[in-house]
Amino acid sequence: MIPSDAPGTCLVLEKVSKHFGGLRAVDGVTLEIRAGERRAIIGPNGAGKTTLFNLITGEFPVTAGRIWFFGQEITHLPPHRRAALGIGRTFQITNLFPKLTVLENVLLAVQGLRPTKYVMHRPIWGYPELQQQARHLIERVGLWEKRDLPLTNLSYGEQRQVEVLLALAGGPKLLLLDEPTAGLSPGETRVIVEIIRSLDPTITVLLIEHDMDVAFEVADRITVLHFGRVLAEGTKAEIKANREVQNIYLGAGTGS
Amino acid sequence: MRNGAWIRNVTVAGGVVVLLFLPHLIPAYYTHLLILTFIYGLMAMSLDLLMGYTGLTSFGHAAYFGAAAYAVGILTTRYHVHFSVAMLGGLIVAFMMALIFGLMATRATEVYFLIITLALGMGVWGLAYRWVSVTGGDNGLPGIPPPDLGLPWSLSDPVNMYYFVLTFFTLACFFLSRFVHSPFGLSLRGIRESESRMRVLGYHTWLHKYTVFVIAGTFSGLGGVLYAFYNRFVSPADVHITASAEAVLMVILGGAGTLFGPVLGAGLVVFLRNLISAYTRRWLLILGVTYVLVVMYAPGGVIGAMKGTFSRLRAKMIPTPVPGGHPQKVKLQRENPDEEVLTR
Repeated sequence: MIPSDAPGTCLVLEKVSKHFGGLRAVDGVTLEIRAGERRAIIGPNGAGKTTLFNLITGEFPVTAGRIWFFGQEITHLPPHRRAALGIGRTFQITNLFPKLTVLENVLLAVQGLRPTKYVMHRPIWGYPELQQQARHLIERVGLWEKRDLPLTNLSYGEQRQVEVLLALAGGPKLLLLDEPTAGLSPGETRVIVEIIRSLDPTITVLLIEHDMDVAFEVADRITVLHFGRVLAEGTKAEIKANREVQNIYLGAGTGS
Repeated sequence: MRNGAWIRNVTVAGGVVVLLFLPHLIPAYYTHLLILTFIYGLMAMSLDLLMGYTGLTSFGHAAYFGAAAYAVGILTTRYHVHFSVAMLGGLIVAFMMALIFGLMATRATEVYFLIITLALGMGVWGLAYRWVSVTGGDNGLPGIPPPDLGLPWSLSDPVNMYYFVLTFFTLACFFLSRFVHSPFGLSLRGIRESESRMRVLGYHTWLHKYTVFVIAGTFSGLGGVLYAFYNRFVSPADVHITASAEAVLMVILGGAGTLFGPVLGAGLVVFLRNLISAYTRRWLLILGVTYVLVVMYAPGGVIGAMKGTFSRLRAKMIPTPVPGGHPQKVKLQRENPDEEVLTR
């Protein structure tokens, strides 16, 4: 496949691999994601899902393969450059700024892609447009009352919401969500799912999810990873009907 | 954040007024100790930019302080330049050194950063000690003249020197306080809390760390410049690892991650050293015990302990939710201690 800069293609991975010594965490993965697509990536623990995310955001260098984002090769760009192009992500293990307040957390995300972040001589509260945007985001999850609390004082569920907020603050074109509902109660899961469903349809979403109900509800298409390789890719119905997938992931013997 | 701004301004203005009149109210010896507090306070504050704000513990921060002091010493005693040129020279030397050392040190984090800065600091000490033709070796550089302002007041008078140092100290405090509250300052605290998150938010984190490293080195250099003019003597002891360790101590004693904590820490070290050493030669023992006690019982340093007491007092005096509206604030902090455990 020649990675197209065909309009409508958001992300292309071509035979991307990541080896840690002898371990092939990601092994020749080829993916093509359309702009605006909602794609879920599922697979057993250790399938290489999070590693794949780290390759897309640039946290790890690839061992082999190439990555394109809207027709531009980004294989060797550092993470902050990829963020500037419009790749945002959340982390499976909550990765926020625990000692900073909720407002400061969101402000950091809001200014991340603006030149304002280099300003050293003016106090940060002298930027009403930053404050305004931060307020808008925080109000979206109803945490404005708690804006001056250190982030550690929020409940786990609230922290997971902030986790998604930070990824949205930069206005990403591609949003990578790494198990956004991990460890949440059904009620809290609903909140996150609603946030994802209410996203601008032009944002492309790549979602790692263990909760099948969430994955099937949010995603248009599903990719199954197993031992670092793409085992199957298709619509929900195709994946549900795929015998191999049933065996390794959904559980052998449950297929009708 | 901004509600308390006017209280803060009044406090700062009051503090400045007190400092202006202080030398006329206290014995000359205490004026001397205060000057040293300001000078070491500059070094400690600048180190805190790295330690407290960015989370990079440098164990070689005296290097920039000492290099600037040496530069002033060499420029004034050997080339007899005007004091303003010597000051500028000292700052440039500290700046250039931080520019070069920063390239090596900021590649590393945590303990590796500490070790690299320590090694670089030791290198500077070795230079001061061994490069006798330039630095005077173990004898140091004596006879640095106090700045001649061309005014009727001589800076060999400690009280006048006090005002000279206070001027630069206040200016530096002003700039540093603007700095830590700026968007860039917030980005440093973000890096301290989670560098990986900062990267995916679009921050070129290395650039931020390198920049603050150079700024910290330069402000430490300002301390060194003033030190050379006040002490009129520079020796390898001023760049030795114990001087760097003392700066770290000042930051921790006073409270890392606060702007004025390190100044209090510097004051504590300066006063303990000079007052206790009048009674016993074992003053380092007392300093050590103080350090252990602070780390055990007030990990936030003097400032942290003061803030804690203040908020406890306020919670006692105002049992009802704070006006202006965060009813959850008190509740969350006091009634849900388990919540934090759950998140781990």
